[in-house]
Amino acid sequence: MVWLAVMAAARERRVRVAPRFKDVEHLLRLAGLFLAGVLIFVIVRGALVPDDFGALGHYRAGALASNRDKPVVHAGQAACVGCHVDVAEVRAGSLHAPLGCEGCHGPLGAHASAQDDRKPVRPEGRDLCLRCHAANAGRPAWFRTVVATEHAGEERCITCHRPHAPALR
Amino acid sequence: METSRRDFLVIGGRLLVMTAATAGALEHVLAGTPEKAPTYDTAAHWWAMTIDIDLCIGCGNCVRACKAENDVLNEPFYFRTWVERYHVDPADMEHPTVDSPNGGFDGFMERYPDGSGKTFFVPKLCNHCAHSPCVQVCPVGATFETPDGVVLVDKEYCIGCRYCVQACPYGCRYIDPRTHTADKCTLCYHRITRGLTTACVETCPTGARQLADLKNPADPIHEFLRANKIQVLKAQMATGAKVYYAGLDGAVR
Amino acid sequence: MPGVDGFMYPNEMELQWSVLIVLYPFITGLVAGAFILASLERVFNVQAVKPTYRLALLTALAFLIVAPLPLQLHLGHPERSFEMYLTPHTTSAMAMFGFVYLWYLMVVLLVEIWLDYRRDLVLARRRSAGFKRLLYTALTLGSDNISEAALRIDDRVGRVVTIVGIPSAFLLHGYVGFIFGSVKANPWWSTPMMPIVFLFSAIVSGIALVMIIYIVASWIRRTPLDMICVDTIARYLFYAFLIDFSLELLDLVHRVYEADESFRTLDFMVRTRLWTSQVILQMALGTVVPLVMLAVTQVARLSDRSRIATYTTAGVLTLIGIFAMRWNVVIGGQLFSKSFLGYTTYKMGFATREGLLPAVLVMILPLVILWVLVKLLPPWPEAARE
Repeated sequence: MVWLAVMAAARERRVRVAPRFKDVEHLLRLAGLFLAGVLIFVIVRGALVPDDFGALGHYRAGALASNRDKPVVHAGQAACVGCHVDVAEVRAGSLHAPLGCEGCHGPLGAHASAQDDRKPVRPEGRDLCLRCHAANAGRPAWFRTVVATEHAGEERCITCHRPHAPALR
Repeated sequence: METSRRDFLVIGGRLLVMTAATAGALEHVLAGTPEKAPTYDTAAHWWAMTIDIDLCIGCGNCVRACKAENDVLNEPFYFRTWVERYHVDPADMEHPTVDSPNGGFDGFMERYPDGSGKTFFVPKLCNHCAHSPCVQVCPVGATFETPDGVVLVDKEYCIGCRYCVQACPYGCRYIDPRTHTADKCTLCYHRITRGLTTACVETCPTGARQLADLKNPADPIHEFLRANKIQVLKAQMATGAKVYYAGLDGAVR
Repeated sequence: MPGVDGFMYPNEMELQWSVLIVLYPFITGLVAGAFILASLERVFNVQAVKPTYRLALLTALAFLIVAPLPLQLHLGHPERSFEMYLTPHTTSAMAMFGFVYLWYLMVVLLVEIWLDYRRDLVLARRRSAGFKRLLYTALTLGSDNISEAALRIDDRVGRVVTIVGIPSAFLLHGYVGFIFGSVKANPWWSTPMMPIVFLFSAIVSGIALVMIIYIVASWIRRTPLDMICVDTIARYLFYAFLIDFSLELLDLVHRVYEADESFRTLDFMVRTRLWTSQVILQMALGTVVPLVMLAVTQVARLSDRSRIATYTTAGVLTLIGIFAMRWNVVIGGQLFSKSFLGYTTYKMGFATREGLLPAVLVMILPLVILWVLVKLLPPWPEAARE
């Protein structure tokens, strides 16, 4: 841009007096400085942009791997029933059959891959049951809910219901 | 000595009862790094999620599972997924009453009496938009849409300018105070690329949420989209949202 | 949850952009405005404002140097900010900032100042010795040529740079408006009016700032004010302010009349949480009062003293009003939920990284830089004449 300006100025002046080199020499120094700056920028940029940037889109392709490379915390239903065949049999056909084990027992990825001896949570009390089954205006009509105190006083749910197959004991 | 013998017995017992299919699933869990699950092909998938409002009971399982699975800060105001409860009075449908105590993490205390208008739950998560406003505004390319249709954040590249948080119409993003970078739902990218479903779907007791692969012709989503009246959130934003809601009320925003 | 009314999406409770992001458009606005004032003399040949030409350029430079600072203070990873130059995302308005900034700083402002000061720099170099001589040698790029022909060429090139500079100044601040105006998720920001409103408020604030600095500097230096110059600046301030005010009114009328889905929410916000900063500070004290004061100076015959007092007061009120406008845009745009069902509160810290103290320091810093620049490159008319 500076160069264009110099040229324009020079062209205009040529009509009257030809511009002498030494009168625009300081402008060329400035232009040289800019050129050097741009050159340094281009070189530094080339060196610093990650190699895998832009391979798939405007991002580091390696970011896909770093998003995948995370521990699996919930093992998944298939892994649970692989070992706990007995529980799977109890659950089969019951209203709770479609539930994932880890919804109630907590995440068990480490347990399933035998990385540690962490045991599943065995829910006590009735908070867990009531999180789903307490009467609540938002719950759809098809879903079975109770007002706990009316339904069972202070009694625990598992006194009467088996959580793996919740029909009455 | 005693311990290792018991381990041997346990592992041996497992091998005995394992069917071929479950062994396959466990292998995914054991796979560990993506390199060990090399069969995943990003070009073969286009991920989405379906949510059936009539099935959501507001238990909060998804919120808790998500926080555990993805190491989401266990405090209010950091949610990759959350559940809202809407209460709509027919007399004033434009102005619903909404709450989401701790994002629904602890479930919902009963509040609205039956009979006065309608009440329902709306699970929310990143819509993994096909034309994401958050990706559009990221100045450096630290957030992006993957070839398989998931919006991810590159935490090693994010400068923490928060423009993406401003640009998301759905409030799905936040800044993780531990890393000072943007954070959001990854659609459990580390799980779905290993053949597992997302943590929220895994723990949803009623099947209200379903992970879906639009490129898989056998995926139930095709029937789901055919059989239901479908809505996406804030369709007027034209974000190409890929979380498809069945039975969503017009009052939801 | 204290400070929250109604329903916010859970991730929305905390504001993302703090008072520092209020300063950013405020400061770039002052830069653009000061430059436009300077170019009045150069391009449009308004000889009356010549005494402030150099002062306006130095003011623009001082504030431009500081402009990225609030952004750096705000970033989660300032050490990664250079990525904006490495891999700028072409669809991101923010990514362009780095380039617009560099263009404006390096190509427009520095070149124009250098060309204008070259004669002074060479003379200063000839006069000085030791380290100072070294400094001036570097600043002149080692050139000693101040022949009449060379200076005439400088003047022509400078004119071209200024002409390029005007759209650049428009670009610099119009683009800052676009950063906000293009966020479709936010109805308080999302309007095509935003860049143009930002631009004219920038011009207003820049002119007001240079006018005040000129008045205050003359008072400190005990030199007489060039009243024709101040009167002219005040007149241009008045005109620019009228345009700015009309644009903002147009935006307001449009919003009120359309009354779209967001209107009820935004209207309530303006009547409650933004009442002081929007209605009292921005509209009443920051716009109507200075406009009336400036209008009075246009029609009534006032003494020099009372004119200066009026200009100064109007100028200060203008700056407060424009700052309030930036505040209302940036902070106001984050006080309501994108669900349109609730409101949160902005809690500003004091000595925190994004608190009041760093904000005040960021605002003082350009004045310090300006002071140094003025010492180094005296902008006063008598210095130029020597």
